[in-house]
Amino acid sequence: MEETPTSWFMRVTVTVLFLFLLAPVLLVFPISFSGDQVLAFPPSSWSLRWYDSLLENKVMMSAFLTSLGLATVVTILSLIIAIPASYAIVRLKVTGSEFLFNLFTAPLLLPTIVLGLAILIIFASIGFLATFTGLVIGHLVITLPYALRVLSVSLGNLNLACEEAASSLGAKPLVIFRRVTLPMMAPGIVAATALCFLVSFDEVVITLFLTGPRMTTLPVELFHHVESQADPLVASVSVLLILMTLGVVMIVDRTMGLTKAFVK
Amino acid sequence: MTTATFDLPVGSQKSTSAAGIAIALLLPIALVNAIGFILPVLNLARMSFNEALPGGGIADAFTVANWTGLLQDGFYIELITNSIVVSLGITLATLLVSYPIALYLHRASGAWRTFLTVLVISPLLTSAVVRTYGWIALLADQGPVANAIAAMGFQPPRMMFNTTGVVIGLTEILMPYMILSLMAGFGRLDPKVEEAARTLGATPFRTFRRVILPLTVPGIALGCLLCFVLAISSFITPKLMGGGRVFLLATEIYDQAIVTLNWPLAATLSMLVLIIFGAALAVYSRILRMIEG
Repeated sequence: MEETPTSWFMRVTVTVLFLFLLAPVLLVFPISFSGDQVLAFPPSSWSLRWYDSLLENKVMMSAFLTSLGLATVVTILSLIIAIPASYAIVRLKVTGSEFLFNLFTAPLLLPTIVLGLAILIIFASIGFLATFTGLVIGHLVITLPYALRVLSVSLGNLNLACEEAASSLGAKPLVIFRRVTLPMMAPGIVAATALCFLVSFDEVVITLFLTGPRMTTLPVELFHHVESQADPLVASVSVLLILMTLGVVMIVDRTMGLTKAFVK
Repeated sequence: MTTATFDLPVGSQKSTSAAGIAIALLLPIALVNAIGFILPVLNLARMSFNEALPGGGIADAFTVANWTGLLQDGFYIELITNSIVVSLGITLATLLVSYPIALYLHRASGAWRTFLTVLVISPLLTSAVVRTYGWIALLADQGPVANAIAAMGFQPPRMMFNTTGVVIGLTEILMPYMILSLMAGFGRLDPKVEEAARTLGATPFRTFRRVILPLTVPGIALGCLLCFVLAISSFITPKLMGGGRVFLLATEIYDQAIVTLNWPLAATLSMLVLIIFGAALAVYSRILRMIEG
């Protein structure tokens, strides 16, 4: 672009606004290395004490393991449930498939505070509160729409020629699906896996309604901790969460390229 | 219900079995959808017409008392008005800080554009709890922002545990949504049109007001709709940054459900949020029709 006073002004404005956008996320990194007893920025001294205290914090660590297990189970179930569903909707084109697609992705339209309350009331009556089963179902409600959407796009973009070729060579439908369709869907499956894992691992509001002292997840425990005391421990947990997300994103990037996976 | 649910009309055997396969493939997702979405939401709507008994009990009888009570109680009228006003303010603030970034990104190209887009999306992948915590650190009484204001010789205002903090925090948290919506709506903005305006002697400001702004109204409308509904239903940031002193719809739903255990009232407030959603959507489609019609 040409050098005009406007574009110079624009550049400064955009830089300042980007700083505003990224400041809270960037800030947690230095704070996590604080040597102070309480939250202060900039910290008066540096140390790894908050990482030590995180490792010694039994509640946080067990919440972390719950979150990890929950996200893994939810992701696997999401794929097992959403792959056949997307096949039925996109390929078999069942009657009212558009309606079904909208119905199955509708939970994303509701605010999580409303959805969380609605699920709480039903789960309270069937004894699912603060149970692993309850958390898994609660998370599936919001991961399945993402999985269904990503997988349907991926399936819709596939070239039918390969499947037709396999069929004309005498392969049975199930074999075609397993040996041709599924491998060709791989990029979509990787994207859906990453998305489901991150959505489940980061979910707070719905989970807040479904957890209890007996069973809690890392984001919920973090929420309660910030509610009572915003000390640098939160920063060290935050760094852990951010690195986790970064790891997942990098795996996706390595396997297929980030823009291919999410920008569609 | 009778057992003849799958009483399909006469057809070839093949299509019957295909329908059977489709039903089998869709059954698991339908089950989760029914247990975790349809049933709970219908139940919630019904519960807004139930009476709350003292001690967390719920009477089965049908009553509109929750709704009439809500509209007669000064506290709730103020809560609802306050939520709408604060959310509108957040939407406007988000638009103002997002528009320059979106415009810049729209004009950028190549790897630079990809890099900046990733920067815009990256906060979305970070938990709202983490970002709110970042804002608590920034806006605390002895925090960096307060110190900077004091260094300039001003008395730093209180920015935590009041509406100011909630507005600042939510504005930043909603920025990525606004930027992406704006960019999606910027498709009609052709650099050649801007160039033409300049060549014809328009000042940059005039070009912006008469050419760029009108062309980007669809993106603005979409971004504002999205940010408004997200703001009015947001919970984490108002709860953590409001410190129990900022009363908004979402925090009140949570408090009624978890602290007071008045589920019928919480259900009524939830339905109210959905009604506000519907109203926002109606305004949005009206604006769209006005531009296009």
